Amino acid sequence: MSEGTLYDKVWENHAVAELPTGQTQLFVGLHLIHEVTSPQAFGMLRERDLDVAYPELTHATVDHIVPTADQSRPYGDDAAEEMMAELEENVREAGIQFSDPNSGDQGIVHVIGPEQGLTQPGKTIVCGDSHTSTHGAFGALAFGIGTSQIRDVLATGTVAMEKQKVRRIEVTGELGDGVEAKDVILEVIRRLGTEGGVGYVYEYAGEAIENLDMEGRMSICNMSIEGGARAGYVNPDETTYEWLRETDAFRDDPERFEELKPYWESVRSDADAEYDDVVVIDGDELEPVVTWGTTPGQGVGITQPIPSPEDLPADKRETARRAQEHMRVEPGETMEGYEIDVAFLGSCTNARLPDLRRAARIVEGRRVHPDVRAMVVPGSQRVQRAAEEEGLADVFREAGFEWRNAGCSMCLGMNEDQLEGDEACASSSNRNFIGRQGSKDGRTILMNPRMVAAAAIEGEVTDVRDLKEVTVA
Amino acid sequence: MTTEEIPEVESVTGTGVPVRGNDIDTDQIIPARFMKVVTFDGLGEFAFFDQRFDSATPAASRDGDGGAVEAQDDPKDHPFNDERFRDASVMVVNANFGCGSSREHAPQALMRWGIDAIVGESFAEIFAGNCLALGIPTVTADTETIESLQAWVDENPDGEIEVDVAAETVTYGGTTVEVAVDDAQRKALVDGVWDTTALMKSNADAVRATAESLPYVSLDD
Repeated sequence: MSEGTLYDKVWENHAVAELPTGQTQLFVGLHLIHEVTSPQAFGMLRERDLDVAYPELTHATVDHIVPTADQSRPYGDDAAEEMMAELEENVREAGIQFSDPNSGDQGIVHVIGPEQGLTQPGKTIVCGDSHTSTHGAFGALAFGIGTSQIRDVLATGTVAMEKQKVRRIEVTGELGDGVEAKDVILEVIRRLGTEGGVGYVYEYAGEAIENLDMEGRMSICNMSIEGGARAGYVNPDETTYEWLRETDAFRDDPERFEELKPYWESVRSDADAEYDDVVVIDGDELEPVVTWGTTPGQGVGITQPIPSPEDLPADKRETARRAQEHMRVEPGETMEGYEIDVAFLGSCTNARLPDLRRAARIVEGRRVHPDVRAMVVPGSQRVQRAAEEEGLADVFREAGFEWRNAGCSMCLGMNEDQLEGDEACASSSNRNFIGRQGSKDGRTILMNPRMVAAAAIEGEVTDVRDLKEVTVA
Repeated sequence: MTTEEIPEVESVTGTGVPVRGNDIDTDQIIPARFMKVVTFDGLGEFAFFDQRFDSATPAASRDGDGGAVEAQDDPKDHPFNDERFRDASVMVVNANFGCGSSREHAPQALMRWGIDAIVGESFAEIFAGNCLALGIPTVTADTETIESLQAWVDENPDGEIEVDVAAETVTYGGTTVEVAVDDAQRKALVDGVWDTTALMKSNADAVRATAESLPYVSLDD
């Protein structure tokens, strides 16, 4: 069993009681909610005549179903309108803060939590959304829960959990040009498998991780769940603290910042912490990674050949065969030159300001390929405004991208932003499952934001390192 | 469901349905477009929808009470479309079943289709937790055991399977095999405490004490 890790410490600080099942009743420091997974939980509360126990530790936003084009109410889609109205009613009744579109603070739940300073080191954070692991970037213990658990958290402020093992993933060295956090996590999942993290929490460490900005760390923690790990985290450090200092929580309250810092420091993994497993990855060797298949573990370096199913472990072969049939790729080829129809720059993985800045540097002075439909969906209204103010929106628009409003959008196609037919999409999102982007015949290729930009320009999967960067004026 | 009714699930008996393939994700189990609902009612008809039908949307839209969808176009080859398995309650799956999102809509759809227990090689964690919250056991066995069971179900669609959670066994056609059940899951199902709300609510004072011990928590009152 692990000892002295951030996970062990945060767990201990939040453990309320041991339950008859052997599970631990864990206190929840921040409960984030959105419109898709919460309405049924509020319904269950009503059935039992229970109140929300800690509304002050709960925060809501709307992201999955929100239209990214015309956001006037009522929404054009009746079902979306009903979900939004239900959420509005629920948060009003319970007295829960709501970052709704009128507040100017709305956005993807995993973008707004950090940017408002709600996400902090040493907190337990849950949300009815598997990408809640994102918040681990700040040294929080953050994980996704189901709707019955949302009911539990609403009613009691706690969740029943079993303690997990901790695997330290150490990424050494320096990431090369064109290589990003996204490539690191795609490589981690490729190596350890989509189920390799089941039963584990991932601690990301090592020089290459420490050198990442907070947004990069979020991209990595975000996709922990794609590797089977319900939570992933990075120990808080000066980079974390610098970021936090500028958030709503502490901008005008430096005293509170100093008050909490010792707690944040205290939860860092000890130098002599014990782990259940350690994996080392050489960051120097990485190149941009793209997926060739229909699980996030089916990735390959952009210059590397797509593997033959026969060369994969026995239990991966059938999945690989079906994936290659769906994607229409052949073993031995690289993904470079794979034609795309759509480019999607968005999602809780890669739609923060630095993601858009990097992509804009590739796009500036170029045009989106005439056969490609390209869109940028900022992760939040704040990201959107900042990007508009610094001219990034114009760069994208002039190149032929659609510049949309904030939301989950085409990552999962719950609003009108969907693939059609068998369209192929270069996507900065997190899942390439069949049907994920709204069409059961659609084809998704996951990649980093600059690679999406390059694919949009060239009309095919392209090694961004071959495109000269332009500096945004 | 009220807090007084906390059922025990010591075992589940029923006929089987094999759903083959590793890494069957939650988007396959219930595509996101069917989640634009504020209740779980009627989700059963959408279980594995894109694997079962060629049409993107049901031919007849859901009726007012969220009930049955009629006459979908172009049914495909899928065990959930196979009349022989229509009354099945024990689903037999392969590895990493339920990976992907945290949507409880996935086990809700399966449960409402008729599934009461799942036997598989392995399950994604959040999915298994969601199943537990609904009282659906997710028990595991090695590849060979699962493949034999799937083959047997194909041959014996009317044959009964007993998933004994307490004894950690699965019995079918005169054969009993050992399976693994996660400790907490077994205790929760067998002792009938898988409905955790009331249980945790009873610790409210201890919860508040924990909250007050944390430097970052500011409570309203």
